[in-house]
Amino acid sequence: MKKQNKIGTGLKAAVLAVAAVGLLGGCATSGNPKDPIEGFNRAMFAFNEGLDTVLIKPVAQGYDAVLPTPVRTGVTNFFGNIADLFIGVNNLLQGKPDQAASDLGRVLINSTVGILGIFDVATGAGLEKHEEDFGQTFGRWGVGDGAYVVIPVFGPRTVRDTAGLVLDVAADPVGNVDHVPTRNSLLALRLIDNRADLLPADKVIEEAALDKYTYIRDGYLQRRRNLIHDGNPPHQVAD
Amino acid sequence: MKRFFAWLAAFLLAANAFADDMAPDVLVQTVTNEVLDIVRKDKDIQAGNTKKTLDLVETKVLPHFNFHRMTQLAMGREGRQATPEQMKVLVEEFRTLLVRTYSKALTEYRDQQILFKPLKMASADTDVRVRTEIKQSGGKPVTLDYYLEKTDAGWKVYDMEVADVSLVTNYRSTFAQEIQKNGIDGLIRTLQAKNKTAEIPAKAK
Repeated sequence: MKKQNKIGTGLKAAVLAVAAVGLLGGCATSGNPKDPIEGFNRAMFAFNEGLDTVLIKPVAQGYDAVLPTPVRTGVTNFFGNIADLFIGVNNLLQGKPDQAASDLGRVLINSTVGILGIFDVATGAGLEKHEEDFGQTFGRWGVGDGAYVVIPVFGPRTVRDTAGLVLDVAADPVGNVDHVPTRNSLLALRLIDNRADLLPADKVIEEAALDKYTYIRDGYLQRRRNLIHDGNPPHQVAD
Repeated sequence: MKRFFAWLAAFLLAANAFADDMAPDVLVQTVTNEVLDIVRKDKDIQAGNTKKTLDLVETKVLPHFNFHRMTQLAMGREGRQATPEQMKVLVEEFRTLLVRTYSKALTEYRDQQILFKPLKMASADTDVRVRTEIKQSGGKPVTLDYYLEKTDAGWKVYDMEVADVSLVTNYRSTFAQEIQKNGIDGLIRTLQAKNKTAEIPAKAK
């Protein structure tokens, strides 16, 4: 019952978000066809950047500075192991049973030999980690990506990936832990751990980007396109 | 003695032609290993010494890059309006930007293992993708692919993709937007301004 409510709230939020996006559809744009609501997105991007600057990044930096690397790796592995379960489900939904079996094998090996996923023994054993989510599954099924949207806290998505995100969140084992304080601590820890993993990339993006908003948007769109093709899309270089 | 000289001559000739004739995957692997070896041993680079890193990239990496082609790719269709003089400045500025980015990435390097994937290539190919992977503990490996084309001076890199994002074409819409708004000279000014601001924090460190 409780779970249903949560999914219900998630869906409601998503519907509201999409409706809001629709309303704002006519606003400022600099003409990029993939980004019809650029004005709204830039505002949301600025909001996320602000949140990151004052809260998430400093905590992630502290976390990164305090914890020894093996512990950091253990935490990343632990959450990675939980994620592997639905990566497997998505591979199955995308008609890739071999990869799904490999993902399931990872979960089995890492949860046992790897002590609750803290050690990633499966990679060493030749079972490579994959990256899949419901947004990619929809893409694989032929759903077009739709407009680019920046979502509060979660960041860049497309309309299709937003729908995928709703399912990702609903299915997320960590988000479904019944004991609320435990669940919230785990969610916070995962957020900070993920953010800490991205700290090196930060500096490189700052160095590279002429306009951070566009750089991240175009990078996101390029990367999603590649992920859906599992790394083998046609190279878009000819012009 | 005669044999020795013949051998020496052959050796010198081979050494001379070495970089030019190296197969693209061997080239990528050799340069990567050489550069990372230096980074691993150099505490200054690890601590973010920009000058030293830039020097390393300048001498070891840049000779294998084709910045003119990279600039053309980043400009896309809009590039055709640029005069040869404008193009020259653009290549120079874009080169600086890419080199800074690449150097920054190098200073973030920490002993990750690089995996070189087998190259799929026919002997007549003049355009190839060399695939590598950076293994990191606790995460999916990050792919790093190099696109090379064969030139008279050997294989040259004209694009790099990090985690499937091209460091070159990712600029395309930014560049196009800038050109539509302020023309080619506007883009040049933006790049120059960016390269100037990048110098300040680098020195402040």
